[in-house]
Amino acid sequence: MIVADPKPFLQVKGYVEDFEKVLVVGCGTCTTVCLSGGEAEVQILASGLRIAFGKDGRPKTILEDCVQRQCDVEFVLPILSRVESEGIDAVVSLACGVGVNFLADRLGKTPIFPGLDTTFYGAGMQPGLWAEMCAGCGSCIIACTGGICPVARCSKHLLNGPCGGSEKGRCEVDPANIECVWQLIYDRLKRLGRLDDLRNLLPAKDWSTAADGGVRRTIREQLYDIK
Amino acid sequence: MSDKSVIKSGSNLERALSSGHFAVTCECGPPKGADVEYLEKKIGLIRGCVDAANVTDNQTAVVRMSSIAASSILVKNGVEPVMQMVTRDRNRIAAQSDIFGAYALGIRNMLCLTGDHQSFGNHPMAKNVFDLDSIQLLDVVRTIRDRGAVNSGDPVQGGIRMFLGAAANPFADPFEFRVIRLAKKIDAGADFIQTQCIYDMKRFREFMKMACDMGLDRHCYILAGLTPLKSAGMAAYMNKNVSGITIPDDIIKRIRGVPGADQAEEGINLLLDQIQEVREIPGISGVHIMAIEWEEKVREITERAGLLPRPQL
Repeated sequence: MIVADPKPFLQVKGYVEDFEKVLVVGCGTCTTVCLSGGEAEVQILASGLRIAFGKDGRPKTILEDCVQRQCDVEFVLPILSRVESEGIDAVVSLACGVGVNFLADRLGKTPIFPGLDTTFYGAGMQPGLWAEMCAGCGSCIIACTGGICPVARCSKHLLNGPCGGSEKGRCEVDPANIECVWQLIYDRLKRLGRLDDLRNLLPAKDWSTAADGGVRRTIREQLYDIK
Repeated sequence: MSDKSVIKSGSNLERALSSGHFAVTCECGPPKGADVEYLEKKIGLIRGCVDAANVTDNQTAVVRMSSIAASSILVKNGVEPVMQMVTRDRNRIAAQSDIFGAYALGIRNMLCLTGDHQSFGNHPMAKNVFDLDSIQLLDVVRTIRDRGAVNSGDPVQGGIRMFLGAAANPFADPFEFRVIRLAKKIDAGADFIQTQCIYDMKRFREFMKMACDMGLDRHCYILAGLTPLKSAGMAAYMNKNVSGITIPDDIIKRIRGVPGADQAEEGINLLLDQIQEVREIPGISGVHIMAIEWEEKVREITERAGLLPRPQL
């Protein structure tokens, strides 16, 4: 899933200072699961904005909505018509950056602002804790590393083993919070009886499939051709 | 895998090692600016004491004069540089271009490193690169040198000769992997290795035994890294804060056991003992003395260790 964190309240408030009728839209998928952009968070942000602008003596109309996914046309159409029909001046999106972009491309002259900082592709480790697991590099190498990704989970994206900063299973960049992924890979390959795999030299990676190769898109021809 | 019997660049360091001399290298950190006088003063302190001096590349991710420019100044001033290059700040396009430039400026040794993460330096907000890791950088330079091709396969105009080094840290984890990583560096083209600074001699002996059992010392020259301790405070600080360095209690006790004013001298005495110790370890071909911002001690250290004069080759 895509993980995102709420932006500081005052930053979001600053974005909408000059607008009278603002719609806060949540997303029912990733940001709902990571508790930053679902229905509940929409209510909290909208209430906060109402109270804050009220205290400033400049009350505004803050509307709420939440769609299943902000990254698919059929789900965002109702938002687009609502903006049009209700004369909404600005939108704050609590989706990941994908949702914000997707709406921005379709919102005509209505401004949209991000309510979240999108951070990474991660997994829920335990209640309240998410961790990065994949970097979306477009050319997966984790068959060589026991299914554990050093591109995403090594602070230096090293592909040939741990640097000198691996100590007691922790990464020197932030020992309290970052595990040394190469220790994890080592331990896992040891359990799998495949430690010899680590002796292989992984040559310089082709990053052209990653964001470095330019903006990416994917086509499923069986569907795309029909269109 | 590197073949010791083939001369790679004919650098002074390579000639010292290949002719069987116990080699000596040290560090010469560039200034945090364009202060050439400062650099030349440091060069003066080490001239004649070492076979080559490592010129660090924005070490600890603090911005300094580029290692290529500083290495070139060493060449002009009669000290052979080991140009360090980190992959943190340059992708393979910049790295290869810089290597051509370095060779054109007379640089014949380089040390391939990944580099400290920028979060340790003075620009933690910087974007890092890490297009390559240190092992891949070795492979890329070796390919330019031995096959005359850049990473994409395109031919190189005019050859380069470079004596290729890498670092090894026997003290980081997982311990059993450290020697495998050393082997990978040698596979990728390392002709010489300089280790992280050694204090835990027992663990280092164990590491070297594993390396020699794998025959790695036959393919590569290994220089033992040593850093003199200036004070008990420095020892305690390094032990606590520098990842991958452990300083055994008896060493901290030895330094602490003398009055503050004499601790630096005791640090030098300890270093001299360590030099003698590593000389006896099978597979060790030299020492890399990292007297961090203490270059004025390099002459005294090498003199007292009986390492002077350096061979004229």
